[in-house]
Amino acid sequence: MSILVGEDTRVLVQGMSGREGTFQTERCIAFGTNVVAGVTPGRGGTTHIDRPMYDSVAEAVEQEGANVSLIFVPAAFATDALLEAAEGGVDLIVCITDGLPTLDMAQVAQYLTKKGVWLIGPNCPGLTSVAEKQKVGIIPGNIHAEGRIGVVSRSGTLTYEAVSQLTALGIGQSTCVGVGGDPIIGMRHRDILELFENDPDTDAVVLIGEIGGTAEQEAADYIKNHMSKPVTGFIAGATAPPGRRMGHAGAIITGKAATAEAKKEALRDAGCYVADSPGQIGITVQRMLAERRISA
Amino acid sequence: MKIHEYQAKEVLKSFGVAVPNGRVATTADEARAIAEELGGRAVVKAQVHAGGRGKAGGVKVVANPDEAAEFAAGLLGSNLITAQTGPQGVPVNTVLVEEPVDIAQELYLSVTVDGAAKSPVIIASAAGGMEIEEIAEESPEKITQVHIDPLIGYQPFVGRRVAAALELDAALARPFGALLGGIVNAFQNKDLNLVEINPLVVTGDGSLLAADGKIDTDENSHFRHRDLAELRDADQEDPLERNANDKGVQYVKLDGDVGCMVNGAGLAMATMDVIAQVGHAPANFLDVGGGGTEEQVAEAFKIIVSDPDVKKVLINVFGGILRCDVLANGIVSAYKEVDVNVPIIVRMTGTNAEEGAEILRNSDITVAVAADLNDAATKVAEIN
Repeated sequence: MSILVGEDTRVLVQGMSGREGTFQTERCIAFGTNVVAGVTPGRGGTTHIDRPMYDSVAEAVEQEGANVSLIFVPAAFATDALLEAAEGGVDLIVCITDGLPTLDMAQVAQYLTKKGVWLIGPNCPGLTSVAEKQKVGIIPGNIHAEGRIGVVSRSGTLTYEAVSQLTALGIGQSTCVGVGGDPIIGMRHRDILELFENDPDTDAVVLIGEIGGTAEQEAADYIKNHMSKPVTGFIAGATAPPGRRMGHAGAIITGKAATAEAKKEALRDAGCYVADSPGQIGITVQRMLAERRISA
Repeated sequence: MKIHEYQAKEVLKSFGVAVPNGRVATTADEARAIAEELGGRAVVKAQVHAGGRGKAGGVKVVANPDEAAEFAAGLLGSNLITAQTGPQGVPVNTVLVEEPVDIAQELYLSVTVDGAAKSPVIIASAAGGMEIEEIAEESPEKITQVHIDPLIGYQPFVGRRVAAALELDAALARPFGALLGGIVNAFQNKDLNLVEINPLVVTGDGSLLAADGKIDTDENSHFRHRDLAELRDADQEDPLERNANDKGVQYVKLDGDVGCMVNGAGLAMATMDVIAQVGHAPANFLDVGGGGTEEQVAEAFKIIVSDPDVKKVLINVFGGILRCDVLANGIVSAYKEVDVNVPIIVRMTGTNAEEGAEILRNSDITVAVAADLNDAATKVAEIN
């Protein structure tokens, strides 16, 4: 068991024949991911990295039973790809592409919610289920150790940093999810926490947030009212000045609630362990596990 | 991307939103001529990409054309320092000269994106003229929020709802609805991140006028809004940031003296935080990007060391798509081209970290190699 993906996962990759798509899909396959097809309009009937190619998502779903789509297409075509994936019949979409117009994402996110299709991203590193050997995204496969800690984060390399610290301390992970750094994304921290709370293979969670928006406050609210499993949090951007966008489109302090301090306070108030320094995420988790008598 | 008030008003006007009569001037004589056209009395407003202009002396109601010229002469070519700019301020290259507005009531109105609701949201308040943050703090009950379903767009009932919440006169409900519709349509059709009208004025004769206008565009949508992309005013950007932007490097200038280069926005912010934790302050935010090439790394390195405030440099890379050997080669090649006389601390891990370390060892660059994030922080504090 793990969240979002598992032994039934059958991944199709939109944009698999591109440079980035090829490079990353090969790494997913090497990790053990069940990649069943690629979709690139005009490439149907051919094969690429030993996988059949289709012209449309609908065909890949029908012919190969694909139920998850991993998207690598360029930003200008990503809205179309997202909607095609939803119409094509997959249950979960993971969109790595960054640079999508915000209001396109507002429409896509609303539409997917109405349709009952789950979305991770865009502008995200995707997710990896360590135990189930399913990597649907670009998180380097070699940083993990198998275990029972769930990780949810808005960013890419900071997630790798946190996971590496855990692995170095012998603390393994169940599933690691990067939900993305854009103002409008599919599943948010809170949604992933709910999945971890209900996952019998996850004992505790690491939540990594950053300045901007209110996703961490929503998460804190969920933790306080609904979660039994302990959470360690870290919020990046304590030193970021207000009003300036820090790389991620969503990482901008627009008011008090958007500051790192306000988010840390919300997490503390919800009973979370909070790492004050990004260098202390691993040891804070270690302390949490010891105090809560959870074996790593 | 921020655009000027006069540009925002042009956009709003094209969606049927009434704004005061006026034009921009780039010389004192032009300002005088426009004030004359407007009948003598006028408002002269510095056009800069920063709020707080009024308090900083960038806005004045003038009694006659000569006064308009005099005030414009003082502003044009100078730097305006407001609460939202750095100590060096931002250059005033244009002023907006407008007819004075007869104010009976000031409202606040904006449209922005609510990530939690995954929708645009209208924010309105009868307490206009103040910063929305202040209203939120002092009288949050005076703020109304109404979401717009992005699949449906603006509908007249939304206008009626907001007008009722603002307790507007019955006679104003219909024109207010039309104005709000124009603003929401501008927001959606032009792919904006923010439209803010503060104040939206109810005039003495009962009409509605956008006395101010602020627009923030979504750069990710500029490929289909060339007209907006062309409104970029590079003079309003910090020179170091402008140079970085033009080279495709995500860079924000900060107040400290430790330059940093990182891959990924989250790790870049975390690196800034770790620098602060050891009692120093970051000189910048810099994300070389996931798909960074050797050339991009070299450019990013040059941007950091060309900042005179930088006294030491921390490079923190978690190799993924950006491999550590590519990073090392980028640093080595940039090092040859620029004069570097500050200590450099490098922390590399992930893809090809060993190869990267080898490249740095075999070069003639002196760097301090950090084992992990905590070690990097310690070295930032110790090495001078």
